[in-house]
Amino acid sequence: MTGTLPRYLLRRLGTAVAVLWAAYTVSFVVLYLLPGDPVTTMASGGLDGEPLTPEQIEALKARYGFDKPLIVQYGTRLWAALHGDLGASIQNGQEVRSAILEALPPTVQIALGGLLVAVVLGGGLAIAATYTSQRWLRQLLMALPSLAVSLPVFWVGLMLVQIFAFGLRWLPSVGASGFPALVLPSITLGLPMGALLAQVLAKSLTTVLDEPYVQTARAKGAGRAAIHLRHALQNAAIPALTVLGYVAGNLLAGTVVVETVFTRPGLGRLTVQAVGVQDIPLVQGIVLFASLVFVGVNLLVDLIYPVLDPRIAEGVPATS
Amino acid sequence: MTELLIREGPPDSSGTAPGSSVALPTPPTRRERLHRVLRFLGHRPGLVVASLVVLLVLVAAFAPGVLAPGDPNIGVVAEKLRPPSAAHLFGTDYLGRDVYTRVVHGASLSLQATVIAVAVALLVGGLLGLLAGFVGRWVDEALMRVVDVLLSIPAILLSLALITALGYGTVKVAIAVGVASVASFARVMRAETMRIRRSTYVEAARSVGTRWYVTLWRHVLPNAAGPVLVLAVLEFGLAILAVSSLSFLGYGAPPPAPEWGSLIAEGRNYLATSWWLCAMPGLTIAATVLSVNRISRALDGEWSGAR
Repeated sequence: MTGTLPRYLLRRLGTAVAVLWAAYTVSFVVLYLLPGDPVTTMASGGLDGEPLTPEQIEALKARYGFDKPLIVQYGTRLWAALHGDLGASIQNGQEVRSAILEALPPTVQIALGGLLVAVVLGGGLAIAATYTSQRWLRQLLMALPSLAVSLPVFWVGLMLVQIFAFGLRWLPSVGASGFPALVLPSITLGLPMGALLAQVLAKSLTTVLDEPYVQTARAKGAGRAAIHLRHALQNAAIPALTVLGYVAGNLLAGTVVVETVFTRPGLGRLTVQAVGVQDIPLVQGIVLFASLVFVGVNLLVDLIYPVLDPRIAEGVPATS
Repeated sequence: MTELLIREGPPDSSGTAPGSSVALPTPPTRRERLHRVLRFLGHRPGLVVASLVVLLVLVAAFAPGVLAPGDPNIGVVAEKLRPPSAAHLFGTDYLGRDVYTRVVHGASLSLQATVIAVAVALLVGGLLGLLAGFVGRWVDEALMRVVDVLLSIPAILLSLALITALGYGTVKVAIAVGVASVASFARVMRAETMRIRRSTYVEAARSVGTRWYVTLWRHVLPNAAGPVLVLAVLEFGLAILAVSSLSFLGYGAPPPAPEWGSLIAEGRNYLATSWWLCAMPGLTIAATVLSVNRISRALDGEWSGAR
C-alpha cells in the first residue's frame, strides 16, 4: 500500500502536465497557424481606424515576434509560458497574465455560486428521485434533468431576469454589486450542470441500492434514510464525482455566456471581447488558463477517489 | 458529456411493449412491420409529438414559405412591439416585423449551421476514430492523446479560439462547433471499430484474403456506424444549442438575418416590456432540442429493445 499511493499521484501529475503542454500546442496551432498571423489580421480591418502601412505592420510583427519562423515562435513562446509569461494583449499591450488575473475575482464568485447550485440541486434531485416510493413523482423528478439540458443557457438567464428582476422585482437584473446580483447568474450557470450531476448520481444510486450489502444493511434493520444517505451515497458518489470534476472544469466556459447575459465583468466577458477584436495572445492565454483549471480540478478529483475507495490507488479499476 | 445524456430512458420504457423478448422465426412481412411501428409509436405519444416538431422544423428550414409566407425582414412600423395575437402568433418586434415569420425563416440558417457542425464532427471524428481503431498501435496512441487534449479544452472556448482564427459568419460558427465535438465522435468510433475488428467475421474475411480496405468498407464501417449515428442525432441537439449560443454572442450572421440565437439577442433590449421577443424563439429552440433528444433516445435503445 505504501508504494502505490505516491506512484498513483505521480502518474496523475505526469498526465496533467502532458495535457497542459498539448493544450498549449493545440491552441497555438489553431490560433497561429490558421490565418497567417495576428498582426496582419488585425491591421486588415479587425479594429477601427485607418489601415496600417506595410512598414508599420512589419514593425509590429517584429515587436511581437511574428516575423520569425513558426517553429521558433512556438519554442520561444512555450519557454516564456513555462515561466508564467503569456505575452501581451494586442489591443492595449497589457500583460495577458495580469489581464486574466484582474478579470478573475467576479468570475470566481459566480463559478462557486454555480457549483453550489449544481451540487445542491443535482444532488438533492437525485436523492429525492431515488428515495421516493411514488412512481409518478420519481418519473417527474427524473424528467427534469433532461428538460434542463435541452434549454439554451442564455435563454434561461434572460427568462430568469424577466421573471425575478422585471416581473417580481426581487433581484437586480445586471451588474456585479453584492450578493443579490450573484443569485440569478449562479442559478443560470448551475442549472445545466446540476442536471448532468442529477442524471449520473440517480443512475449510480439506483445501481448501488440493488447491491447485496444494501440488502444486508436492510436485513440488519437499518432505517431507509440511513441506508440511502450513509451506505449507498458514499459508493454512488464516485461516478458523480467524475462528472463534478468535468462540470467544475467547464465552469469558466459557462461564464462566457452567463456574464454576457447579466452584463457582469469577468473572465467570460474578457473572452468575448478578446474574440471580438481577434486578440490572439489573450484568447490563447484564456484557453490555456481554462485547461489549467480543468486539469487542476480533475487532479483534485483524482486525489479524492482513493479517499472514497482505497482500491483505486492500488490499481484496481473503479466500479462504476 | 454526450454519453451521459443518452442513457437515461424512462424506467418503464423496456417494460411497456408486450412480448418484447419473443424471437421471430421468420422475417416479418411489410404489414407486420408497419403494425409493429404503429404499436411502438402508440405506446409513446411523446415520441410522436417529437417527430412532428422535428418535421415542422425541417419544413421551416427547407420551405419556410409554406409555414410563413411573409418576408422576415419587412415589418409594419405602426404595429411594432405587439404581444402575441391571432394576427401575429409570436408578436412583433421593434420594427413591427412578425416574430413568427422570423423564427420560421431563421430555422433554415440555424439548421444549416447545425447540419454543417454535425457533418464536420461526424466525418472528421469518424475518420480519426476509424483510423485509430483499425490501424491500432502507435497511430491509435497518438490520435487518442490528441483526442484527450481536445476534451480537456472546454468546447465553447475551443469554438471561440477557432472563431478568432476563422472570423465571423454562420458557416464559420458551424465549423467551429463541429471541430469542438470531433473528439467525442472519434472516441465512440474507435471503440466500435476495435470491437468489430476483433470479431469472428472480420477474422474470417481476412483469412479468405479480403483486402484491408474492402474489409474496412464492407464489414467494419457498416457495423460500427450504428452507435456513431445515434451520437450524431444527439449531437444535433447539442449543436443547435452551441450554434445558437455563439449566434447570441454575436458571432453568427450579420444583423438583419434572423438566426435563432441572434433573434434572442435582439429581443434582449426589450426584455422588460416585451417578453415574447425572447421567450418565443427560445421556446422554439428548446422544443427542437427536446424533440431531437427524445428521438435519439428512441433510436438508442427503445426500438431495438421493443422489437
